Amino acid sequence: MSNNEFDDMNMLGYDKLSDNTEVYNKYVEEITPTTNIYLNVLRAYLVGGIICTIGEFIHTMLMNAGLSEKNAAYGQILILISVAIILTGFNVYYKITKFGGAGSLVPITGFANSVASPAIEYQKEGQVFGIGCKIFTIAGPVILYGIVCSWLLGLIYFIWGIITK
Amino acid sequence: MNYLIAFLVGGAICALVQILMDKTKMMPGRIMVLLVCTGSVLGFLGIYDNFIDFAGAGASVPLLGFGNTLFEGVKKAVDENGFLGLFMGGFTAGAVGISGALIFGYIASLIFKPKIKK
Amino acid sequence: MSVQYIGKQSICFNNPPKILCGGCVAGEKESQGPLGQGQYGNTFDEVVMDPMCGKNSWEEAESELQYMASNIAIEKSGLKKENIRYIFAGDLLGQNMATSFGVGSLGIPLFGLYGACSTMGESLCLAAMTISGGFASHAMAVASSHFASAEKTFRFPLGYGSQRKMSATWTVTGSGAVILSDTSGFAKITAITPGKIIDYDFKDKENMGAAMAPAAADTIYHHLTDLGIKANHYDKIITGDLGYVGQTILIDLLKEKDIDISKVHMDCGIEIFDKETQDTHSGGSGCGCSAVVLCGHLFNLLKRKKLKKILFIPTGALLSPSSSNEGLSIPSIAHAVAIEADS
Repeated sequence: MSNNEFDDMNMLGYDKLSDNTEVYNKYVEEITPTTNIYLNVLRAYLVGGIICTIGEFIHTMLMNAGLSEKNAAYGQILILISVAIILTGFNVYYKITKFGGAGSLVPITGFANSVASPAIEYQKEGQVFGIGCKIFTIAGPVILYGIVCSWLLGLIYFIWGIITK
Repeated sequence: MNYLIAFLVGGAICALVQILMDKTKMMPGRIMVLLVCTGSVLGFLGIYDNFIDFAGAGASVPLLGFGNTLFEGVKKAVDENGFLGLFMGGFTAGAVGISGALIFGYIASLIFKPKIKK
Repeated sequence: MSVQYIGKQSICFNNPPKILCGGCVAGEKESQGPLGQGQYGNTFDEVVMDPMCGKNSWEEAESELQYMASNIAIEKSGLKKENIRYIFAGDLLGQNMATSFGVGSLGIPLFGLYGACSTMGESLCLAAMTISGGFASHAMAVASSHFASAEKTFRFPLGYGSQRKMSATWTVTGSGAVILSDTSGFAKITAITPGKIIDYDFKDKENMGAAMAPAAADTIYHHLTDLGIKANHYDKIITGDLGYVGQTILIDLLKEKDIDISKVHMDCGIEIFDKETQDTHSGGSGCGCSAVVLCGHLFNLLKRKKLKKILFIPTGALLSPSSSNEGLSIPSIAHAVAIEADS
C-alpha cells in the first residue's frame, strides 16, 4: 500500500504506518471544526416541515376540486416533483438544501432534484450517453433498492400467505 | 390542524435524518436508499398506512412514503396475482413518482442550461 | 557529468533555471476575493466572468483557461511559441482532458501530467530539470482547475443540493502558466524536492486538508534535511491548498519532528478566498489554486522583493471517483520548489 514502512525517518517517529494511522485519524477528528449541529437540525426541521405542509395544502386543494384520495395523493407527488425540478432548473434548489439539509433531501422533492440535476448537467454529452445514462446517477440506487426491498418484503408476505393457508 | 400535524411530523422526520447526516459521514445517496427501504419495512409491518392517516403529508411526502407505496403496490399485486405479482406491483405503484421525475427531469434538460454555483 | 542531486529526494541546481514570467487567468469568485479586490489590488492577469468562457461545456471552458494563461505568459515573455521547447501541464479531469484541448493547439511538445492539486509543483520540477540539464532553453509549466468540471468529476452535478462540511474546500476556477529560461528572469529555482506518495489511511474526501497535510510534512522535512537548512531559511513556506484545517495539521505534524514552520507558513487556498464573505469553508483548492496564486500574487511579491526566498509546495490528493467508492484511502503527494528572487 505505501512504502512509508521502510522509510527509516518516518514522520511521527513510529516504526509502522499502522501504528499511527488510527492515532492520526482520531487526531483529525478532534481538530476538524464541525458545523453547529443544533442549528442544522433546527433548519432541517423548518424546511422539511414547510415542504410537508405545502404538500398537505396541495392534497387538500385537490380533494376539494373533486379528486379521490388516491388521485389527490398522486397529484400531490406530481406537483411537488415539478416545483422541485423547476427550482433546480433555475439554480435555486441547491440553496434550499444548503440551508435546510435533510429538510430538502428527505421529501420527494430531494428525489426530483437528484433526477433533474444530472439531466441538466450532462446535456452536453448528448441525449443517449449524457442525459440518458447519467439521469440515474444519484437516483438510481433509490429506484433499484426500493424495488428490490419491496420485492423481498413482498416475497416474505407471499410465503407467509402460503404457510398460513 | 392537519397542516400543523403535517408540519410537526414532517419536520421531525427531517430533523432526525439531519442528526444522522451530521453524526455519521453518510452521503445523501445512501440516506435516500435508507429512507426508501425503511418506508417499505414500515409498510410491511403494517404501521405506515396508519401513520399516513394520522400525519397526512407529514408522512406521505418524505421518501419513507415512497418506500411504503412501493410495498403496498407489491402486496396488492401479490394478493391479486400470486407470485407474479411480486414483479408487477413495485413499478406499478411507483409509476407516478418515477415517471414524473424522469419526464419532468428530461424536459428540464431540454429547457435549462447548467449554471455554476456561487 | 556533475551530480546535482542531494540527500534522499532533492536536487540542487548548479545552474538554477530562471523564471522568465508567469501568466494567470481566474474566474469571478476568485476576482471577488482578497487577491482580486484586496490590499494587493487585482493580482490576476485576466479575469473571466463567464464561467463557460464562451464555450459549450465546463471542460472546454477549463481548456480555454489553460490556453489563455499560456498565451498571456508567452506574450509577456516576448518570445514566440516556437521558442518554447516543451510544455509540462496537467489538470484534474479524466485523461487530462482540459490539458489536451487546452495547450494541445499550441503545437509545442507536451508532457501531460497528473498530480492532482500538486500539478503546478510537479510541472515546475520537471520543467526546471529540463532547463538545468541542458535539454531546453525555454520550457513552460501549466496547471488548471475549474469549479464546475471538478464538481462534475469528483462530486455532484451542480444543481444538486448537498451540505458541505466545514473542512470542505472550494475548487478554484483558474489557470497559471510559468515560462522558465536558461538565461534571464526575475527569479530562479534553486532547488526542488519531488515528493513520494504518503498514505495515512485517511478516507474522508470532504477533508482534503487532512488527507494531504502528511505529504506536505514529509516533503518539507526531506527538503530541509536534504539541504541541511532550517525552516527560517525561507521568508515563506507556501502550500497549495491545505486550507485552514490542513494548515493546523501540518504545523502539528512538523512540530513532532522539531520543525516549527508556524511563523513562515502560508497557504494559497487560505489566501485566495475570504472565509467570512465567500462561504468557502476551509479555503480554495485545485491545481488552479496554487497556479494562479503563484503566477500572480507570489510572483508580484518576488519582483518587488517583498519576498526573497520561498518554498512553493503544492499538495495533491490522488484519489479517483472509483477509489473512494471502493473504500480505499486517499494517497497524497507534495512537490517542493525553492524559488529565490534575483538580486
